[in-house]
Amino acid sequence: MTLLSVDDLVVEHRTPGRPLVRAVAGASLTVAAGEVVGLVGESGCGKSTLARAVCGLNPATTGTITFEGHPVTPLGLRRRNRALAGIQMVFQDPYASLNPRRRVGAQIADGLRAAGDTTTTSADMLERVGLPRDFADRHPHEFSGGQRQRIAIARALAARPSLLIGDEPISALDASAQAQVARLMRDLAVSSGAGLLFISHDLSVVRLIADRIAVMYLGKIVEIGRTAEVWEDPRHPYTRALLGAIPAPDGAGVLPAELPGDVPDPADPPPGCRFHPRCPVAMDVCREREPAFTPVACWLHEPA
Amino acid sequence: MTLAISDLKVSVGGREILRGVDLDLRAGRVHGLAGESGSGKTMTGLAVLGLLPHGARASGRILLGERDLLTLPAKDLNAVRGGEVAMVFQDPATSLHPMLSVGRQLTEHMRHHLGLDKKQARARAVDLLGQVRIPGPEAAIDRYPHQFSGGMRQRIAIAIALACSPKVLIADEPTTALDVTVQAGILRLLRGLCDDLGLAVLLVTHDLGVMSAVADEVSVMKDGLVVETGPRGTVLRDPSHPYTRALLDSLPGETP
Repeated sequence: MTLLSVDDLVVEHRTPGRPLVRAVAGASLTVAAGEVVGLVGESGCGKSTLARAVCGLNPATTGTITFEGHPVTPLGLRRRNRALAGIQMVFQDPYASLNPRRRVGAQIADGLRAAGDTTTTSADMLERVGLPRDFADRHPHEFSGGQRQRIAIARALAARPSLLIGDEPISALDASAQAQVARLMRDLAVSSGAGLLFISHDLSVVRLIADRIAVMYLGKIVEIGRTAEVWEDPRHPYTRALLGAIPAPDGAGVLPAELPGDVPDPADPPPGCRFHPRCPVAMDVCREREPAFTPVACWLHEPA
Repeated sequence: MTLAISDLKVSVGGREILRGVDLDLRAGRVHGLAGESGSGKTMTGLAVLGLLPHGARASGRILLGERDLLTLPAKDLNAVRGGEVAMVFQDPATSLHPMLSVGRQLTEHMRHHLGLDKKQARARAVDLLGQVRIPGPEAAIDRYPHQFSGGMRQRIAIAIALACSPKVLIADEPTTALDVTVQAGILRLLRGLCDDLGLAVLLVTHDLGVMSAVADEVSVMKDGLVVETGPRGTVLRDPSHPYTRALLDSLPGETP
């Protein structure tokens, strides 16, 4: 069953005195209940904007976002539509996303209240994310980054979400804590039957937890597929470059392959395929026409 | 041996941060320093430059050639810092001055350490920008840090570090703030510069993949001590210390 469906979403950022930036330029994506979808791409490719739009934090310019049959509307000052409270987000930086002046138990209780849950306590939620029950009386500054992110996850899960969104939830953490926290998010989301949209630029972690991977480049999803298939046989040249750039800790001393050039300015994207100026196998057609098909948006993999 | 650290101990406010660190850096070799945050990796790098936090007490020896950097008078240390020993920091967005042009930041220490005049310094700055592969160095020199992407900024920071032809380069998590594709370029650049210029590089990183790609020797730190040192292949493939093994096991990669 489709839990979330994003259809041809366009999100634009308007800043007075600056050109219009189309951060998400026509992206489509679905997340099913109990499924983990990993969204990867370089910084500035629009993956966070997409996540924020799904939460209603950024308004969609065109395109639709549907959650459990309800259209997602931008958040305003008024109370959020009850039907949309099933979307919860874990943010990138747990040093900024937790309120430093409130006890963590009280912050988790906010989530429980949102779900109308009177039987579960904050301590129970802490236990679920692998922290001692008595931590509820402490303040965020008493915890390490990994512990804080666990608390943020507990707070999001307390609201009983059916869709959990992680916007780079592990990039601010120590290498030793990253895989643990990512696994924890997956286990908790899947065991409660919720879907998880996991955004990260770290492909090795996404590979570990995602059922499907979507690769984003300059506002568009260029390849989407089952994790194992994408990893074994990446078809889009951009996916290949991304995977090839990860250095392996094998002690062999092999320098990772370099992808020349920088991500182009999203305010002024190149014509045709957006990846063609950096693509090692660009053809004439790539410079002229945009490959607007799925699952691999590349002229080399045009569907018959 | 270009730089030899022996039995380095540092305590800040009565708390021991480093408890006897031994490291040897050689010209033309990249020495990787791994470990989780709080293990004292960065503090080791800062100690070499005499940039320890206020009130820190250091003992042991840091030998650069014949001189011990820990006992060097402030004036002599100033001549070493930025001249013979240079550093690249983690986040190029904060390590570069936002209000000074790239050229100004590249030439200031050159004129001080090398005694170049304005024209010579500028010419050398353009050369350096070319060396770290900044496109259009002639034009880039008059631009400001915010006009460059993260990867380009880190290249500029490396150019600044290299400006006075140092013997030792300390790179503290130089690619942590960057994307993998950009990281690949910076790692290639660092490796190339190390080989071409015969630099002794101390690469501080928590990413064992990065370590495996560029380091010749690897040291692993834990709680202010070096627990294992050895050639890259040995430490990463056949670690002898349980902590190194635990670090390697915590990496994602193998499907559970």
